[in-house]
Amino acid sequence: MNAANYLYLSAMLFTIGAVGVVVRRNAIVVFMCIELMLNAANLSFVTFSRINGDLNGQVVAFFTMVVAACEVVVGLAIIVTIYRSRRSASVDDASLLKR
Amino acid sequence: MNELALQVGQTAAPEAMLFWILAPLTLAAALGMLLVKKAVHSAILMAFVMVALAIFYIAQGAPFLGIVQIVVYTGAVMMLFLFILMLVGVDSSDSLTETIRGLRPIAITAAVGFGGLLVSLLGRASIGRGAVGIEAANSEGNVEGIAQLLFSTFVWPFEVVSALLITAALGAMVLAHHHRIQERPTQRQLSIDRFRGDSLATAAGLPAPGVFARHNAVDVPALLPDGSPAPASVNASLKARGDVLDSSHFELGTVDTSVEEEK
Repeated sequence: MNAANYLYLSAMLFTIGAVGVVVRRNAIVVFMCIELMLNAANLSFVTFSRINGDLNGQVVAFFTMVVAACEVVVGLAIIVTIYRSRRSASVDDASLLKR
Repeated sequence: MNELALQVGQTAAPEAMLFWILAPLTLAAALGMLLVKKAVHSAILMAFVMVALAIFYIAQGAPFLGIVQIVVYTGAVMMLFLFILMLVGVDSSDSLTETIRGLRPIAITAAVGFGGLLVSLLGRASIGRGAVGIEAANSEGNVEGIAQLLFSTFVWPFEVVSALLITAALGAMVLAHHHRIQERPTQRQLSIDRFRGDSLATAAGLPAPGVFARHNAVDVPALLPDGSPAPASVNASLKARGDVLDSSHFELGTVDTSVEEEK
């Protein structure tokens, strides 16, 4: 098997995550799709680290994980705040600025 | 033949088998995440994808990242997701009807285009030299190698990331903090209000819910002496949720006498 197969898998996972962000309306599912995209990028980093024989890629993937964790914490706090005022976690309902 | 540079680094048979079993499952779980209706099912599928990715990391000579992936993602992040899901309402299923007309076909077309572009790009990419393999870099141990990089080259980003973590924690606390609009009434104030109010009707407390000898659950309003239900006897949040049963089912005149013994 070719090590580049991991890269194809990563590309497909990223695409699925991107579709999810556009198609789904529940804010939490949208968030999970963003996580999926970040994870796909991490898989690429790890695979390139292996292809290049260099640990730098793994360190960058590690940093990505930390930043993703921060993003989840703040994002979920925002979702809870929106839910508290609107009783809904749908991304379509928070459109007050539009009107 | 023109050897594409990414087309190197042939892996051993066990890893190939692992990949061909796990990769379709991962893709199926990721697709399922898009297609299932309930957010909880999405979360479970997401957890599966994350565990599968952790296995891929370990298979690719990154055991440290694999363990961190399991601890941070399936442990902390997914737990947080499920926690918020339970808080927001576990049965708040997404209606899968599209609100913007034509969004779904456009999204799928764009995704197929984007995915095809990425895959074909990878198929033609070249890094200009052969693959090295991670074995040499991991010769002193994967964790030791990462630690050496993290605390020499990447020590400044490492510190910045720690500041980011603290900022995120503080930000989450500030965002999730609940502001009280009025001060919470004390026990003393509540008692004074009860006796100095307009009437003494509720001075002894509100009536208890349930219809005596017929139904004594909290979701049935009590019957007043004239047979009408007492709305004050049911908890307001039950009413708001619409979980209150109609007490007329339990009035003596309308009771179905053919009910079985155990009811």
